[in-house]
Amino acid sequence: MASKVVGVREFDSLIPLLRDRGYDVIGPTVDEGTIVLDHVATSADLPIGWTDHHDKGTYSLDKRADEAYFGYAVGPRTFKRWLYPPRQTILTIEHAETGLVFKPEPTADERYAFVGVRACEIAAMEIQDRVFAHDAFADPHYVERRARSLIVGVNCAVAGETCFCDSMGTGPECTAGYDLVITEVVSGERHEFIVESGTDEGETILTELDGRPTTPADRKEVRTIIEDTAASMTRTMPKDETYSLLTENLEHPIWDSIAERCLNCTNCTLVCPTCFCSTMEDMTDLDGRAVRKRRWDSCFNREFTFLHGHAVRFTTKSRYRQWMTHKLAYWYDQFGTSGCVGCGRCITWCPAKIDITEEIAHLAEQTREEVAT
Amino acid sequence: MVVAPLITDTVTEPMMLRPFEVTAVTQETHDTWTLDLKVADGGDDLRFRPGQFTMMYVFGVGEVPISIAGNPSHPETLVHTVRAVGAVTNAICALRPGTVIGIRGPYGSSWPVVAATGRDIIIVAGGIGLAPVRPAIYHVLEHRESYGSVSIVYGSRTPSDLLYIDEIHDWKSRFDLNVQITVDRGDGTWMGDVGVVTPLLNRLSFDANHAAAILCGPEIMMRVIAKELARRGMPTADVSVSLERNVKCGVGFCGHCQIGASFICKDGPVVAYDDVADRLGMEEL
Repeated sequence: MASKVVGVREFDSLIPLLRDRGYDVIGPTVDEGTIVLDHVATSADLPIGWTDHHDKGTYSLDKRADEAYFGYAVGPRTFKRWLYPPRQTILTIEHAETGLVFKPEPTADERYAFVGVRACEIAAMEIQDRVFAHDAFADPHYVERRARSLIVGVNCAVAGETCFCDSMGTGPECTAGYDLVITEVVSGERHEFIVESGTDEGETILTELDGRPTTPADRKEVRTIIEDTAASMTRTMPKDETYSLLTENLEHPIWDSIAERCLNCTNCTLVCPTCFCSTMEDMTDLDGRAVRKRRWDSCFNREFTFLHGHAVRFTTKSRYRQWMTHKLAYWYDQFGTSGCVGCGRCITWCPAKIDITEEIAHLAEQTREEVAT
Repeated sequence: MVVAPLITDTVTEPMMLRPFEVTAVTQETHDTWTLDLKVADGGDDLRFRPGQFTMMYVFGVGEVPISIAGNPSHPETLVHTVRAVGAVTNAICALRPGTVIGIRGPYGSSWPVVAATGRDIIIVAGGIGLAPVRPAIYHVLEHRESYGSVSIVYGSRTPSDLLYIDEIHDWKSRFDLNVQITVDRGDGTWMGDVGVVTPLLNRLSFDANHAAAILCGPEIMMRVIAKELARRGMPTADVSVSLERNVKCGVGFCGHCQIGASFICKDGPVVAYDDVADRLGMEEL
């Protein structure tokens, strides 16, 4: 595939170019003190010169010393908001004289171009593909949106303090699953974008961007940026150990310790780029018409497991255990992969400052001590 | 990670409802009704395997997962036996012939009646649990010569809670079936067994190494029976149970029915006891 080095002014033609090609462009933008994903029309909408700080239960924006376009890590929104929207009409029901008439909701016409997609988010999309496209059943709305989307990836030049994609093997480099991938180089007077294509559509778009050919020095620069970002991550997840660690410790006291802090607020599941739980809601009006919608749900909600009038998982302990064992263990049985991509959102956005990497480390440590004694 | 390309034009809505007309309603007990339904859109009958379920939708009320209770070789009539316990099941039980409701499915796994060909069959049901195993009973009886000994053990709370009472009499009158019935509490006219189903297993003769067990009832009952069968030498891989959880979508998208690594809607409701034995005893999993 092709590659090119593009200056700032030339790069600014990318988003209009995508819009001209019929794409609804979704990218990062600053809103109410956070970098969120939303519709963007020009480069001016991007979080130019901003960066984000992450810690357990902590998020803040700061001005950078430069004018970097992608000089931040990840915000609270994920691209699943567009591929698997928070509310999706599934069908409409009409109460006609002849009985009931059911009409499936047509799939949407939108073609999204996702700009600024991090490696962890591409990994998350590929995980959701397994849930919504390659399992026993396929969701036509997800499949259609996903197949029509264009992915403009970004290799991360900064890691958030809660990031741990390096240990999950999902980043910080975009290795596949993109149409175009950008590495932003900002140092001193230099501000350029090294753009590579990964598909024919990406290559076509790349030919329309003015730039110079990449040199071995540019490619070395890309490698250095990725390696420095990976090296700067302080959190790790023992990816290969979580399955046995969790499934063998379902009744470990650690769940009580987490339950003392967890508020059941559902934040972790809503910011997670792979969490896919939903519920169904019928909205029936007085004219004999009902609309059935799918709405994001969370395994932390008490009603989630209602059966015969009571919740199967009625304690916080069991609901946290469900989330973590599903994400880091049972996901392997169901979809052949971890459900975690190491984006760190569940750590940043947990108001109780629960950190899954820390909890896994505690569990591993306590299990080792129990074996030793 | 290698992911296959997405093919959009073959994907249709897997949660699509179809209209079904109620053709007959039979009251089984004080709180349980059996509904016969037929397809009302002129399309194909709803073919199913024993043990599968559908989602039943009543306009303006809601939707619930209910196991199919009819005969798999007669898909022209969709049969559901429903106990009125909540808003939706009460609405279903109040339906009258001629009403059209929504049905989607069939969903889920099935009793391994074909794989069990040539084996002795042990069917144990508790309460409303007789309904999900009835399609398996129909299949086994229609292919009676393909199986060894066949036993049906059924327990309910009281004699008036027994389902399909006429059919039970028919089954009891057969010489090629061992039918054992018990109730938790008898009444003035009850001459049969009183107590839990477990001791009745002593009256069954089967080759423990060449049998298949089909269990449906409260989880505690299935656990006790599975352990008793194991004690009698039966490999627990040959024991199937039907599990119940909160099913919303039926197709593995919504997460509500998860227990351990299984989504009950698509990996169940019928699962090998082996696969869930360690999970059934664990609270709140």
